[in-house]
Amino acid sequence: MKNKKAFENMIHGIFLMLGLIAVGCVLLITVYLVIAGIPAIREIGLFKFLFGKTWESTSANPSYGILPFILTSIYGTAGAIIIGVPIGFLTAVYLSKIAPQKIKAAVGTAVSLLAGIPSVVYGLVGMLVLVPGIREIFHLADGASLLAAIIVLAIMILPSIIKVSVTALDAVPKEYEDASLALGATPVETYFKVSVPAAKSGIAAAVVLGIGRAIGEAMAVMMVSGNVANMPGLFQSVRFLTTAVASEMSYSSGLQRQALFSIALVLFLFIMLINATLNFFLKGKKGD
Amino acid sequence: MQNSKISKARKAYISIMKALMWLSVAVTCSLVAFLIIYVFVKGIPNISWGLLSEKPSYLSGKIGILPDILNTVYIVIATLLIVLPIGVGAAIYLTEYAQNKKLVNIIEYAAETLSGIPSIIYGLVGMLFFCQFLNMKTSLLAGALTLVIMNLPTIMRTTQESLKTVPQSYREGAFGLGAGKWRVIHTVVLPGCVDGIITGCILSVGRILGESAALLFTAGFAHALNGIIDGLSSSGCTLTVALYVYAKEQGEFGIAFAIAAILMILTLIINLSAMLVEKYFRKRRNV
Repeated sequence: MKNKKAFENMIHGIFLMLGLIAVGCVLLITVYLVIAGIPAIREIGLFKFLFGKTWESTSANPSYGILPFILTSIYGTAGAIIIGVPIGFLTAVYLSKIAPQKIKAAVGTAVSLLAGIPSVVYGLVGMLVLVPGIREIFHLADGASLLAAIIVLAIMILPSIIKVSVTALDAVPKEYEDASLALGATPVETYFKVSVPAAKSGIAAAVVLGIGRAIGEAMAVMMVSGNVANMPGLFQSVRFLTTAVASEMSYSSGLQRQALFSIALVLFLFIMLINATLNFFLKGKKGD
Repeated sequence: MQNSKISKARKAYISIMKALMWLSVAVTCSLVAFLIIYVFVKGIPNISWGLLSEKPSYLSGKIGILPDILNTVYIVIATLLIVLPIGVGAAIYLTEYAQNKKLVNIIEYAAETLSGIPSIIYGLVGMLFFCQFLNMKTSLLAGALTLVIMNLPTIMRTTQESLKTVPQSYREGAFGLGAGKWRVIHTVVLPGCVDGIITGCILSVGRILGESAALLFTAGFAHALNGIIDGLSSSGCTLTVALYVYAKEQGEFGIAFAIAAILMILTLIINLSAMLVEKYFRKRRNV
């Protein structure tokens, strides 16, 4: 009997350990990024690092200012949201409220497919379709630009926005809509003036999730944005926070390498902020 | 009848909103159709038996992607073998054992945080921790371990969701017959959550196949042809990383599109099987 108890306790302990591994991983990532990221910021100076306008890591007199990367990431994400959210949101309203069951299932499948396509495939198609297209339309020397990155990101965040918004809209109580219809509102008016406000925290969560996806994307953006450390302009060749880390890591050393870790730390802080906002919206929904 | 009474402004609002919705759906659907057709048209003519069955050789200048295919298979197997016990175990702890609500919240919050971290950060920490600190060098195993952390939340979530659908009366019945907790778990609870585990596996395989940023610095770029044991301990390029290298650094767009078409077919298969599995288990549960 005693043996059995000890055995059960051991099993309990094993499962507890497995459960704590996720927590351990989060701690590991945080600690490693902080340890690796702090030294360069110390050496360069926090203000000079965050607000310096030039990044010349390989020149004889290197300067490490990541303001161009930060602004590019913010502009790129904002652009993707401005294009992607309206399309995703309207698609979600149609799918959730108007579409017949069969169309809903078919478009739903297409959207999950869009979510499953690897980011390098987006990058490849962007490289060979978008980049030459932008060069031709706007008569530029090179089409690899912030605009190309924005379009690719807008497409890549569509599935998350559609899926989360559809779930939120599906959960709106039928009574709300029935009451609005009974008062004489037409179906379309009901969807936009009753159902959407009722699902607003879920839709907000979808937008925040999209922001997270867009700011964290590296490979697709690296392939279409031209990857030069310019201050952002719509037709400039630009570099994002993610691509700044990825593009120099393979050949960097010394302070340059440490500065790359610091960039990752800045990116990580952005993501943590976004996660906290996401949790705020999702928890708010549960509290209703 | 109803329409005749509403004002012009409202009518305009309704038709504009309807038109915008139609437009958005059309944009979304045509994007999906364009991507699939474009990649297939550009890629499938470039797929040949030689490409699939050989390794690249500098002597003959031929390019083959067999090593990349094998590396992808190795990394999928290694990742799933490691992440399954951890993820399923964690889910069992959360639903079957944990009594402390605070601890459950902490673990769930950690899993949520993990699923929000971008893959480039996983790649960086994987490089620092597995490749340098644990001295694994750039190897498939280091890549696989990095992917384990990335996919842990997925497996935990799907398993947890299906554990919640195992009826409480099953557990009570087993306890009532005198079974210990472990016996209840491995004879009653685990078989009941097979569907969640399989769904989690499919989702993870999809994510591993599509992952590139996390593997750049952890698994490396080598195209060597290895068995699974040697393969895991040496540097190796997966299909997505190979696509990136061929497209961005070598300008071999034909090869890149061939790989893209293969990845697209795999994505289609994964989505389809996820749907079928869900349908199958839902049917079985209702019987």
